[in-house]
Amino acid sequence: MNYNWDWGVFFKSTGIGSEIYLDWFVTGLGWTIAIALTGWLIALALGSLLGVMRTVPNRWISGIATCYVEVFRNVPLLVQLFLWYFLVPDLLPEPLEMWFKQDLSPATSAFISVVVCLGLFTAARVCEQVRTGIQALPKGQLAAGYALGFRLPQIYRDVLLPQAFRIIIPPLTSEFLNIFKNSSVASLIGLMELLAQTKQTAEFSANLFEAFTLATLIYFTLNMSLMLLMRLVEKKVAVPGLISVGGK
Amino acid sequence: MDFSAIVPALPGLWNGMLMTLQLMVLGVLGGVVLGTLLAMARLSHNRLLANAAATYVNYFRSIPLLLVITWFYFAVPFILRWITGEDTPVGAFTSCLVAFVMFEAAYFCEIVRAGIQAIPKGQMGAAQALGMSYGQTMRLIILPQAFRKMTPLLLQQSIILFQDTSLVYTVGLMDFLNAARSRGDILGQPHEFLIFAGLVYFTISFAASQLVKLLQKRLAV
Amino acid sequence: MISIQNVNKWYGDFQVLTDCSTEVKKGEVVVVCGPSGSGKSTLIKCVNALEPFQKGDIVVDGTSIADKNTNLPKLRSRVGMVFQHFELFPHLSITENLTIAQIKVLGRSKAEATEKGLALLERVGLKEHAHKHPGQLSGGQQQRVAIARALAMDPVVMLFDEPTSALDPEMVNEVLDVMVQLANEGMTMMCVTHEMGFARKVADRVIFMDAGRIVEDCPKEEFFGDINARSERAQQFLNKILQH
Repeated sequence: MNYNWDWGVFFKSTGIGSEIYLDWFVTGLGWTIAIALTGWLIALALGSLLGVMRTVPNRWISGIATCYVEVFRNVPLLVQLFLWYFLVPDLLPEPLEMWFKQDLSPATSAFISVVVCLGLFTAARVCEQVRTGIQALPKGQLAAGYALGFRLPQIYRDVLLPQAFRIIIPPLTSEFLNIFKNSSVASLIGLMELLAQTKQTAEFSANLFEAFTLATLIYFTLNMSLMLLMRLVEKKVAVPGLISVGGK
Repeated sequence: MDFSAIVPALPGLWNGMLMTLQLMVLGVLGGVVLGTLLAMARLSHNRLLANAAATYVNYFRSIPLLLVITWFYFAVPFILRWITGEDTPVGAFTSCLVAFVMFEAAYFCEIVRAGIQAIPKGQMGAAQALGMSYGQTMRLIILPQAFRKMTPLLLQQSIILFQDTSLVYTVGLMDFLNAARSRGDILGQPHEFLIFAGLVYFTISFAASQLVKLLQKRLAV
Repeated sequence: MISIQNVNKWYGDFQVLTDCSTEVKKGEVVVVCGPSGSGKSTLIKCVNALEPFQKGDIVVDGTSIADKNTNLPKLRSRVGMVFQHFELFPHLSITENLTIAQIKVLGRSKAEATEKGLALLERVGLKEHAHKHPGQLSGGQQQRVAIARALAMDPVVMLFDEPTSALDPEMVNEVLDVMVQLANEGMTMMCVTHEMGFARKVADRVIFMDAGRIVEDCPKEEFFGDINARSERAQQFLNKILQH
């Protein structure tokens, strides 16, 4: 077990076409970002809806949202992914099933599965943040909304949610970062995102320390840049004179 | 769907569950110990120590657990060889456990740090005024109080780790999920076994998190 | 017993203590007073090195605090301190609060420590509460336990940092009574307090601080004797306090 250090490995040919190993990392990063951003859109939309549902004064509506959160929080992400990738397509109506399994490329069907999986998984977490944000607002806000003649949906849209979202930017940021990290499970259903490309590089080149070091650096940089970006967003939308409640 | 094949497979699944629980318990114990040391380093007046601990935590918190598991699986045999100078066979179990401990320590560190910071500053002063050394103050006064307050958070993080142990699938360890998947494949009933696995994970995590909520309420009084 | 020599302390650029010097002799009771933010609590915390200072020195019973080789835990174990917010250890019972430092710091046996602790608890009139936890006692009771905890270490000197200012008014006296008794027994004491009645009754000397400086340092009789002979700041302070 001798180890040959070679930090130049990333610029060497992979032996497949004219690609160098660095190209693999670029492709992988592209997939990682695509999965995370698409999944985040689903998570944000569904999570906000569920978060609102958990706070409305109707037992059935809030009950449904609570059940959703409990189910999606208490089943491991990987199990959820396997269910979406291996089980759900079989339950689809025949034409859809054939389309998913035969017409789509393997990468596309894996992409759809992992995006749906991460979106719904993260929605449960976003829901809890949105709920916390809404409940952190003074009770008087709802009353003031009613007193002005608003109806409940209007109060949520124009009074509660704009305030709640500002409060929860820090915890939302950490969920946003999590979805990038969690997207690495896609490697387990054969999608060649960043982790899968790293593994492949390690196996092809035998320079595993270099490959994994680069991968962690990419994740680290990605994480830091997204965090800075979210700080900017937080500053940009901050209301003058209002101290952020979530910024502990 | 036919779930009858699961019953004869239960002993095998139970073995998988034992491995899952082993990984979780050892991971939590190791993670809490290392995390506590990191937290004390982060709060120490020694700049170098504090910065080193902060870097460790930020680093591990910004990379995926799956990456750590995969990397350590490849790397631990090499590293051990460099240290001991000879080929030391390590199983996937050990490399996974090392990965969990090092990864979770970063998260436990932040929980412990917040717990320590939540203890009023005067407690530190009072213990020191009685002549206690820094070590005694931490061990006898600060940490016992901090751990009491942190228990719910530590347990919640343990439940997350319980679910995350399923990621050892990537290195082929026969934990509960992998045991269920492989049996399902062999018997030609992958769906049934997958659903069963999901239900078991759900039941355990859900029950545990409800218990934690109860505990939290009791501690709050 | 305590010799404070030209102590200066800064928080960053802000100077909290300027050239503070004074002496506390064995058996003496010295009261330190002054408006809030005058640095009196900071000064008393410098005496057992809970607060570091940058210039000057404090010598306690022959031991220099500025000396890098001084074993601070050992020094502190001989200096008793009572805090504004009691700082009993909430996770330990009253008995454990009284014994933990005796056992872990002084190396006494558990039996010896318990005996000593319970005797002191009886002295502050709280023997029947030995098995409770701090959270189950009133503020005044907690502060009396805190005094007993400090005494259990057989201190050569006792420091009090505003021991009654976090208490409800009706509980102030039970704590002051214990302190008066202690003073009458000849304990060396340095007390930061606004309780001028206490100062009148037992203090040997009164120190008045303002803006980080020791402005007045004189015998009690002189301090309370002719108010017009006091500095302007001290007069303002005394007028405010004595109105109550």
